[in-house]
Amino acid sequence: MTVLSLRNVTKNFGETEIIRGVSLDIEKGEKHAIIGPNGAGKSTLFHLISGLYGVTGGSIKFKEQEIQNKQPYEINRLGLARSFQVTNIFARLNVFENVRCALLWSSGYKYSFWHLLGRQKELNEKALEVLEQIGLKDKMHFPAGELAYAHQRALELGIAIASGAEVIMLDEPVAGMSHSEAENAVELIRKITAGKTLIMVEHDMNIVFDVADRISVLVYGEVIACDKPENIRANPKVQEAYLGEVVGSA
Amino acid sequence: MALVKKSALWIAYLLALLSLPQFFDSVLAISIFNQMAIAIVFALSYNMLLGQGGMLSFGHAVYFGLGGFLAVHALIMIEFETVYFSIIWIPLVGGFIGLLAALFIGTFSTHKAGTVFAMISLGIGELIAASSLIFVSFFGGEAGVSGDRTFGPPFFGVEWFQNVEIYYLAVAWVFIATLFMYLFTQTPAGKMANAVRDNPERAEFIGYSARRVRYITFCAAGLFAGVAGGLFALNYEFITEENLNAATSGRVLLSAYIGGLGYFIGPIVGAVILTLMNSLLSNYSDLWMLYLGIMFLLTVLFLPRGFAGFIMMHQVAWIRGTMKQLIVPYLLSGIPAVVFVMSSIALIELSHTEDAEFYYLGLTFDSNGAMDFGLIALVAIGALVCVRKSLPQLKAAWESANEVIDETGESES
Ligand SMILES: Nc1ncnc2c1ncn2[C@@H]1O[C@H](COP(=O)(O)OP(=O)(O)OP(=O)(O)O)[C@@H](O)[C@H]1O
Ligand SMILES: [Mg+2]
Repeated sequence: MTVLSLRNVTKNFGETEIIRGVSLDIEKGEKHAIIGPNGAGKSTLFHLISGLYGVTGGSIKFKEQEIQNKQPYEINRLGLARSFQVTNIFARLNVFENVRCALLWSSGYKYSFWHLLGRQKELNEKALEVLEQIGLKDKMHFPAGELAYAHQRALELGIAIASGAEVIMLDEPVAGMSHSEAENAVELIRKITAGKTLIMVEHDMNIVFDVADRISVLVYGEVIACDKPENIRANPKVQEAYLGEVVGSA
Repeated sequence: MALVKKSALWIAYLLALLSLPQFFDSVLAISIFNQMAIAIVFALSYNMLLGQGGMLSFGHAVYFGLGGFLAVHALIMIEFETVYFSIIWIPLVGGFIGLLAALFIGTFSTHKAGTVFAMISLGIGELIAASSLIFVSFFGGEAGVSGDRTFGPPFFGVEWFQNVEIYYLAVAWVFIATLFMYLFTQTPAGKMANAVRDNPERAEFIGYSARRVRYITFCAAGLFAGVAGGLFALNYEFITEENLNAATSGRVLLSAYIGGLGYFIGPIVGAVILTLMNSLLSNYSDLWMLYLGIMFLLTVLFLPRGFAGFIMMHQVAWIRGTMKQLIVPYLLSGIPAVVFVMSSIALIELSHTEDAEFYYLGLTFDSNGAMDFGLIALVAIGALVCVRKSLPQLKAAWESANEVIDETGESES
């Protein structure tokens, strides 16, 4: 079953066409990687799907609903959560509160001003669980803005996954992490997205080929290939356009 | 445990409020306490906007003033027996009007935070202030409107002839308002207000409309500003355009800022300081606004987290028990600092006064002679030099008292 379906999506910034007619179907439960050179438009594509930018043309369907004109919060409520390439957290809230805020809507609190957060046992336990998963439990009282970079990345991931959305989009989740940190993060991503749909932008080919069921290659705003990892590896067009030596040696 | 501690704090707050008239019972003192009570609620409500929600408003007096005007009109209606209820509910009338105004104005002003919000708040402020001089039948023009709180059914025999009675009523409302404003910070909407302040973009990706979150905070702030306006009406029994104009909006900004935006108690501290300055200093000097301005500037420059932030800075040293190391260094820098401030004030007042003689701290100075002026200037300069010389030792003491902050393993990055 297709959860997310892009049809001829385009995006212009002024005169420049950044996304040039992308069509893409993501199946339920699939682990989908989007790769491509710097500036190819991967993050822009994420912004379009998640509602941060409006599309210039084309349509995006999420679970049978057109979402290309919806606000980010509406799309999120439908069950699509995402992380950002550039850390995007609530700097003055502490780590625990960051995660708990990410849980609020999906736990049904909406804009309540009659629930006291301290009393919401289930919510607080869930937040602690997420903290445990991302390895930040001992930092829970730290203001998020004062965390070390790797920890902020972990929190970035935590905010995205906390709500348990069925489609999770991660934009370079392990960029800038050390090797061992990245390994942990990938393990975590795998665990958390088990049974869910994952769309991930990632530059590290080892991780991509390790995690993904399918890979889309985006070059200059166009998907030049979308296939199983082994076919992507063998695809001469991809080799030429992007991967080159990297795949040969991997 | 935490709950016990928190309840103890709240009880202490209530007791402090209740016991104030036991220590100071002069007419002046009670009138100052009443002003304080009003200022506390108003400043706390302002901090909901700025500290909690990140909305810089230059027009918060609108909600205070409209609440106050309606409250005075309610007093008049009680007096003429159009309505019949005890005046203890007047702050609710104010709150209701503050909320109504915010419900309406918030629909377009909370679209964005930042400059747009600030400019709209300024515009609305000017608009309402101007209207208040135009619609004389409701706002009473320059003279304002006045009522009488002693009508209506007495409350357990109390007929509100005395200010101290109003003070105890105000305490009840201040306590309730403070409690509810605090509780609001602990709710999903209140916490999301913080989140939206920090990062409105990300808030939208966890399911929240930043605009809606701001709107809710804005309405809550309007409600409590209106409650403060209702208290004002009860205390003064009249209200004028001045109470909803930009000057009043500016003052509440100052008090929240001086107290410290980042802390719940900050605005309380600021409201107390400002009320004291306003009422005490203004008895001694007509330059008090100048001093207030200077103090605001110094706070912005040297205590960006306000007085509450300054107090909280000592948490580490307090917990470690290293506070004693700071006492002597503080005195060594503090005494010359006080001398500097006092002599600077003397210089300002001396150049300002029109009398031949100038009395200050029990001394008499000759206002015309350059001699006395020079002498005080020398003292001021000397004190300033002492402050500068003593700062390194204060800094060293501070560092040693707060050593090894890094116990958390935050060594990377
Ligand atoms: N808001 C914007 N306005 C104008 N141009 C933009 C904007 N956002 C992105 N671009 C441009 O669009 C192109 C694609 O950017 P995007 O961030 O999507 O690339 P990316 O594939 O994510 O690259 P990277 O691997 O470096 O993250 C870039 O050339 C960028 O300069
Ligand atoms: Mg990118």
